Amino acid sequence: MNPLPATRVTNVVLAGLGGQGVIKASDILADAALRAGLDVKKAELHGMSQRGGSVTSDIRFGPRVLSPMVSAGEADFLVVLAPSEVEVTRPLLRPGGVLLAPDLIPDADLPNKRSLNVALLGALSWYLDIPADTLLEAVRAALPERLHRVNEQAFELGRSVVAREDGGAAAPEGQPRP
Amino acid sequence: MERRLLSGDEAVALAALHAGVALGTGYPGTPSTEILETFSELGGRAQWAPNEKVALEVGLGAAFASARTLITMKHVGLNVAADPLFTAAYTGVSGALIVVSADDPGMSSSQNEQDNRRYAIAAGLPAIEPADSQEAYDFFFAAVEISERWRIPVLYRMTTRVCHSKSIVVARDAADRLAAPTPHFEHDISGRVMIPANARPAHRRLRAKLAEIAAWGEECSLNHVDPGTGRLGIITAGVAYLHVAEAAPGASILKIGLVNPLPIDRARAFAASVDRVVVVEEGDPVIADALRAAGIVVESKAEMYRFGELDVPRVRRILAGDITPELAPATGRTPELCPACPYHTVYGTLKKHDCIVAGDIGCYSLGVLPPYQAMDTCVAMGASIGVGLGLRHVLPEAEARRVVSVIGDSTFVHSGISGLVEMAYNPPPTGHVVLILDNGTTAMTGQQEHPGTGRTLEHGPTNKLSIEGVASAIGIGSVTVIDPYADPEGFERLLLERLAATELSVIVARRPCVLAAADIRKWEQQAAEFRAKAPAQAAFDLPVGER
Repeated sequence: MNPLPATRVTNVVLAGLGGQGVIKASDILADAALRAGLDVKKAELHGMSQRGGSVTSDIRFGPRVLSPMVSAGEADFLVVLAPSEVEVTRPLLRPGGVLLAPDLIPDADLPNKRSLNVALLGALSWYLDIPADTLLEAVRAALPERLHRVNEQAFELGRSVVAREDGGAAAPEGQPRP
Repeated sequence: MERRLLSGDEAVALAALHAGVALGTGYPGTPSTEILETFSELGGRAQWAPNEKVALEVGLGAAFASARTLITMKHVGLNVAADPLFTAAYTGVSGALIVVSADDPGMSSSQNEQDNRRYAIAAGLPAIEPADSQEAYDFFFAAVEISERWRIPVLYRMTTRVCHSKSIVVARDAADRLAAPTPHFEHDISGRVMIPANARPAHRRLRAKLAEIAAWGEECSLNHVDPGTGRLGIITAGVAYLHVAEAAPGASILKIGLVNPLPIDRARAFAASVDRVVVVEEGDPVIADALRAAGIVVESKAEMYRFGELDVPRVRRILAGDITPELAPATGRTPELCPACPYHTVYGTLKKHDCIVAGDIGCYSLGVLPPYQAMDTCVAMGASIGVGLGLRHVLPEAEARRVVSVIGDSTFVHSGISGLVEMAYNPPPTGHVVLILDNGTTAMTGQQEHPGTGRTLEHGPTNKLSIEGVASAIGIGSVTVIDPYADPEGFERLLLERLAATELSVIVARRPCVLAAADIRKWEQQAAEFRAKAPAQAAFDLPVGER
């Protein structure tokens, strides 16, 4: 266990369409928070998700999490896998929150399009207190071994895209970037 | 202490395993489905019943034999199981009988948002409601204890957010888990045969048990108080407790886990300790009404908060007495039939011929959405057949001949068979056409097996119900099986021919669900290999894990 200097609850919303791996990505993120020794809750409604409808998943982690749901307008991070879902979910983001949209990841650089969810987790990882290695452990734990390499590449791609945009500066310890 | 991240459903399954549950049965229904699937994966004995009534009856029999039993269903499933439920409260049980009712406030995937705490009150059963996965695990042991101490079934009320949200669970050490009792039978004719002479004293026994449980419940650890710093007190239950704790950090909170019978004295003392008491509960004002009836002055939420789920912002509004209109949440893309779904042909044809469609519950309910909008009614599991017959009985002939009942394979087995019996018994003057969409799985809830697939919950082979055989045996004159995807023109011709005829007709439109087809092929192959190896043996010889 690796207690982190988190002082507040981090609110992440993952959004996309059924079949895109929204739930898988949220499982990975929540597992990483668990592995990092944090309290974590995750909520989604997935009764109809296999039929191509909109899917969102809320992940909250920190020293102690109460409600499992991220309140509208209070998401620190909004990670969107489908272009069509960006505008409908944007109101979930708090003022100053970070939107990570699918166009962040250059199509041509993504080895397998099905890894977009993990690529965006890589991008998100740049901002989080949770160590990237812990997230990668969770990625590997959630996927069969034959998919490890392609998803590790996707994760690094997402992380490097954000790092480049940020001029290579490290995220400040203990607080998400605005 | 191992910390695990579990959904509420998974936590109940783990608790059932650790509490010595010998048998889990139920019918799939969002958000309850994963409980039995997980129980099976963990090594528990789990099986799907054709419907919730049968599941409860099987569970009751096991509990009469002193086994611990878990029955799962979604909230509307309890309507189907209500008949045995009410009288099981009279008979009581020998082994624990825990009935999970997974309610769906906000109707994320249901046809209504009934509040099943009302069932506990109506039937006279203790009801327990957890707020998160840890409570879903811990409270299950309390449910078993109550059920066996007072020999009474316990309603375990969950909601969508509790079932599907994941949070951290620390399970009991092996030494603190419960060993499964050894089943045995003891005659108790006056206790279990509910003829009036036995049922009259049984009702009195039930009320005496409830009075004892109410007294015990006043002090039990299922209910607790979080002392606050201010003058505001909030009484709450279920996941609403977590929203409350976040929305009102300084408030005193009475959190109720035993939601029937309620701790009235404790609530009275709590109310006396603060200046203002607000009851914050999802769904109907069940707690608020009961406390008011007991003469305790509490505020209840405004009527607008009866509808839908609660969350932190809505709890803030309730506490502020805010009844201004709420912003409608943005709606994303609605679900639709999968691109290669065999039902596209069916709904295209029904729409083309302007059929009056009495529909049913399942994936195919999506035929109501654009582009087809080819469903005129959808009310309850199995209702398509009765509703279609009613329409046929009274409509003028030209309209009556356009009426079609559309029902899925799992739904047909669940509660469509008795509708077909009615059709044969009281045929409308124009006859009737029932279209059974057989995609070989319970698709909507995530591809569960049912008696018509010939495979068990664990996908192993068992006896297979023949849908067309049942229809013929019931006395339906014309029974035809067709693949609407492979032969759309043939399907259209057949439908028009049967609509024009006065003979009673069943059309089985059979084609596997595109999402399930690969798995179905795999399971069928496994079954064939098993049978080839052991031709003389039935499925019962399979190892339990593969049955």
